[in-house]
Amino acid sequence: MNKYLKLSGLEPLVVTPNSNFINVGERTNVTGSRKFLRLIKENKYDEALEVARDQVDGGAQILDVNMDEGMLDGKEAMVKFLNLIASEPDISRIPIMIDSSKWEIIEAGLQVVQGKSVVNSISLKEGEDEFMRQAKLIKRYGAATIIMAFDEDGQADNYDRRIEICERSYRILVDKVGFPAEDIIFDPNIFPVATGMDEHRKNAIDFFKATKWIRENLPYAHVSGGVSNVSFSFRGNNPVREAMHSAFLYHAIQHGMTMGIVNPTMLEVYDDIPKDLLEHVEDVLLDRRDDATERLLDFAETVVGVKKENDGSALLWRNDALQDRITHSLVKGIDAFIIDDVEEARQSVSRPIEVIEGHLMRGMNVVGDLFGSGKMFLPQVVKSARVMKKAVAYLQPYIEAEKDGKAEFAGKILMATVKGDVHDIGKNIVSVVLGCNNYEIVDLGVMVPPEKIIEAAIKENVDVIGLSGLITPSLDEMVYLASEMDKKKMNIPLLIGGATTSRAHTAVKIAPKYQNTVVHVNDASRAVTVVGNLLQDNNAIYKEDLREEYENFREQFLNRGKQKEYVSIDEARKRKFSIDWKSTNIVAPNHLGVQVVNEFDLKLLEPFIDWSPFFRSWDLHGRYPDILCDDVVGEQATELFKDAQQLLKKVLDEKLLKAKAVFGLFKANTVDHDDIEVSYNGSTYNFLTLRQQLKKREGKPNYALADFIAPKETGIQDYIGCFCVTTGFGTQELAQKFEAEHDDYNSIMIKALADRLAEAYAEYLHKEIRVNHWGYAKHEALSNEELIKEDYKGIRPAPGYPACPDHLEKQTIWNLLKVKESIGVELTENLAMWPAASVSGYYFGNEQASYFGLGKITEDQLKDYALRRQITIDEARKWLNPNLADQ
Amino acid sequence: MPNIHTELEKRILVLDGAMGTMLQQYKFTEADFRGERFKDFPGSLQGNNDLLSLTQPEAIKTVHAKYFEAGADIVETNTFSGTTIAMADYQMEHLVYELNYESAKIAKEVAVKFTQKDPSKPRFVAGSIGPTNRTASLSPDVNKPEYRAITFNDLRVAYKQQVEALMDGGVDLLLVETIFDTLNAKAALFAIEEVKEERQSTIPVMVSGTITDASGRTLSGQTVEAFLISISHVPLLSVGFNCALGAEQLQPYLKRLARETEFFTSAHPNAGLPNAFGEYDQSPEQMQALIEDYLKDGLINIIGGCCGTSPNHIKAIADVVKTYEPRKIAVKTYE
Repeated sequence: MNKYLKLSGLEPLVVTPNSNFINVGERTNVTGSRKFLRLIKENKYDEALEVARDQVDGGAQILDVNMDEGMLDGKEAMVKFLNLIASEPDISRIPIMIDSSKWEIIEAGLQVVQGKSVVNSISLKEGEDEFMRQAKLIKRYGAATIIMAFDEDGQADNYDRRIEICERSYRILVDKVGFPAEDIIFDPNIFPVATGMDEHRKNAIDFFKATKWIRENLPYAHVSGGVSNVSFSFRGNNPVREAMHSAFLYHAIQHGMTMGIVNPTMLEVYDDIPKDLLEHVEDVLLDRRDDATERLLDFAETVVGVKKENDGSALLWRNDALQDRITHSLVKGIDAFIIDDVEEARQSVSRPIEVIEGHLMRGMNVVGDLFGSGKMFLPQVVKSARVMKKAVAYLQPYIEAEKDGKAEFAGKILMATVKGDVHDIGKNIVSVVLGCNNYEIVDLGVMVPPEKIIEAAIKENVDVIGLSGLITPSLDEMVYLASEMDKKKMNIPLLIGGATTSRAHTAVKIAPKYQNTVVHVNDASRAVTVVGNLLQDNNAIYKEDLREEYENFREQFLNRGKQKEYVSIDEARKRKFSIDWKSTNIVAPNHLGVQVVNEFDLKLLEPFIDWSPFFRSWDLHGRYPDILCDDVVGEQATELFKDAQQLLKKVLDEKLLKAKAVFGLFKANTVDHDDIEVSYNGSTYNFLTLRQQLKKREGKPNYALADFIAPKETGIQDYIGCFCVTTGFGTQELAQKFEAEHDDYNSIMIKALADRLAEAYAEYLHKEIRVNHWGYAKHEALSNEELIKEDYKGIRPAPGYPACPDHLEKQTIWNLLKVKESIGVELTENLAMWPAASVSGYYFGNEQASYFGLGKITEDQLKDYALRRQITIDEARKWLNPNLADQ
Repeated sequence: MPNIHTELEKRILVLDGAMGTMLQQYKFTEADFRGERFKDFPGSLQGNNDLLSLTQPEAIKTVHAKYFEAGADIVETNTFSGTTIAMADYQMEHLVYELNYESAKIAKEVAVKFTQKDPSKPRFVAGSIGPTNRTASLSPDVNKPEYRAITFNDLRVAYKQQVEALMDGGVDLLLVETIFDTLNAKAALFAIEEVKEERQSTIPVMVSGTITDASGRTLSGQTVEAFLISISHVPLLSVGFNCALGAEQLQPYLKRLARETEFFTSAHPNAGLPNAFGEYDQSPEQMQALIEDYLKDGLINIIGGCCGTSPNHIKAIADVVKTYEPRKIAVKTYE
């Protein structure tokens, strides 16, 4: 009787001892492919199917499909894509790998494939019961599964842990679940080598040994893995990475690895690897020498060097003609020679202004073209701008010395972050990029009231107004400003941008308020095109097209198919999430009351930084650290990361930013369903929470944060915490200093870093709360990756975010903790925090507390809320506007 | 209760032939279909063969008895369309439990009589579970390939109800048959596994797919081997093919199946391909000769007939299988 792994699409795939290595196609994965993510987000399923077809044509024997992305309805996307694949016989002939970290997505996938697929993946991470439950269902749906070497204590990172977890998983599956052994595929974790850290030296060899052990001791089970991880240390050096991948695979297959996720374009033929490189690579993989890593690093330099020499040695370009040198400096963002070159140029022309209009603009046009065609990325453009600004600053005195020596600009753009909002990273990036394209920027800064924007626009006679905002009340500010501009019959086009803005909001809420043009622009490269089109001589057609486009979009949006159903607030309260208060474990905090931290060593935060959003703020999309070796943006991301590390080191070493925190833990109980009553120092404070009203299927609760705190009538004492942290003091000064040096790049960088540090501080403090101050998770041991994935118990939702979009809650936190008095973080009139790099929120400690999105609420809750908040319905409507269901 | 596994080790078992073909001979009118109980039921009921278990139970019993007399070891319950999904055509979703329960009881009653007459040849009842009239992995609308008229969950719930009623009525086996779309079958198997677990039952399960034409694939596009892999996660008594093709056309696919599977094999082909008038005219003798080819090749453990077959066909088949050994399970290796 054979026990081969057998899978099927329309055709069979049988893995026998004689089978070659099985390639898993990995481009239909939103976490691994930006292109695929974009296609799915834009609902371009036809093109997404082409990606799948290319994988099959390219020799993939299994197709990995992953839709795990926060902005997607992963379940819906998975089902839709798999259904479409089922209609394409040339794709569906191969088996599917249903890839998700969410069980509900996996299960939805299993319900739409007729063949025998592979689940990727399950593990003991959440304990034996859940593991067995999932395995039993997978068996019943008729699929094989990948098992991650992961258990309740974390991911296996050495040989012993790998075999311990794999053996335990195997025994449970085979002995208790009755899972067919041949349908088990282990992923014993491929980790990077040559990182310079001793504990990583055995990462590859431990994987090989574990693979061999599995194949010898766990009969019929298979081994798989994602290969590109192994070469992380050499991102940016593809020859070395490719050699590492194929050498790794060569040995892994020898040790019994049967299948894997491999990018075929990142794979050298094993026999074609130069002998000396191969030897160095294998020394590292097999840990053959103590100095293997150093030797490979040194050797890697020469491999890179060889490539560089082909491009011409480092400074060869200095022999080029003057214009070429200037262009080169601008494109590459090199500022070392720009003053010399500009001086040479100045002496060659009759008026200094001609250097700007000639040499520099020609160079910047090249930058603009490269950026526009996707060959340069935002951080590079900002660096180019830095060089440009230096050059202009050098020329300025000469220009002013001349009569009429004024530069000619392509147009004048007013930029402002709206009233009550302090976030300006995005706005500054757009300003810089427009500046690079020869627009004159009038930057009014942050928290700019509407009257001031209108006044400045008229006085300065600007051609376009750009508005930015990050917090939700800013949306209403933009609507208000548009209607004010309309009243004044202004005819200046309005650009809308910032994290909370959207094309939908712009089309539905802003555009109808203003007779002239309103455009939503959410990335810097589009800003250049849009402004260019708006300011061309014959712009009537473009404006008309825009208006029509937005009208169509608005109509579509308002008529969109899925009409959502809501339940009344009373009904929603009946369907609240119920915790069994008798059996739940409530831990009394070790320290009740408020504590202030005024001195804090920022260095402690470094390991807590979640870098992915940092890259996003620079328009580089992808997950850290994978983004560093992304096919498209990897090189840029690596360089940006290097610069960020440099500035971060300076900030940490010289203590340029100051971190402060205030937090408190209090007795609390839920009262009247949705309010949380906190008592402290003899006073009571009420946190008002909002409840989901979307009609859900039976058994699914309508959450409010109040559900996670014991109701007063239970007689059980429960607790809540709240906090505010900041790492923003010093940011503004540093940014201004950089700006004075014409260094927008670092000015933006410092703000982006401060934001990351504030988030890291919030994460750090939350851990301190869990382990020490509250102490309900004394023995918690989580890796940073798990922290970022929020694997811990308890939550820290922040007002203004999906679980509690109500910004007014911040006032209660400020009153309770005396935030302003103790650490100096202030609230603006629209309740943004200043300094911007601050985070505030609550702590819920119940192990059943979880994050959720409020979604939309209806009029009855609005009225109820206004009564509880003791404000008028109109005022309540203003604050909760983005969350009110369309009537 | 005799064990079907033991019988299968000893000999080739014979399944019955077509129910529909036999019932046509009664020429039942609309009034006959309705009987007294449904005389005022809205809509036409003629053609709802499953309903005859309630309105003409004697006819159903007679057909079962004829097949047992002809030599069948297993008869199928008259429940091919006994799900809420298929019964929706007649607005009879609410009768699904009763239809299956009564059909099982009728068949079992006849089987018990025959077993009592000759205990050396125990007779079995297989609960027939048809494919429904919807497909879970194909869109009925070519312009909306992502659309599905039915979900896995809808199917699972409907099949579960049918399975529970069949088991309550006393069937010895379950037969998931005429599988056009493997995903439907997987939903049925999922439901069966749930019921088996809830009732701590080990009721044997037969699976029978349908190769629609000379492409050698199921309607949903799977090859023989892919189909087999997709349903083998459940412990099955047997796997095989039925319907759409005659014994001759089915043979190459049966060969491929027999070589690959560790389960017993079954086949219940049609009486040849339909002629120009849509009738099946292969004679019992012709069909017997073709089936004998299966037996010579040792392809089969359970054999019967589908569309167009009668007790005479089954008798011819039962006669010829006596002289042959059942298929021995030997699966090819891939070395």
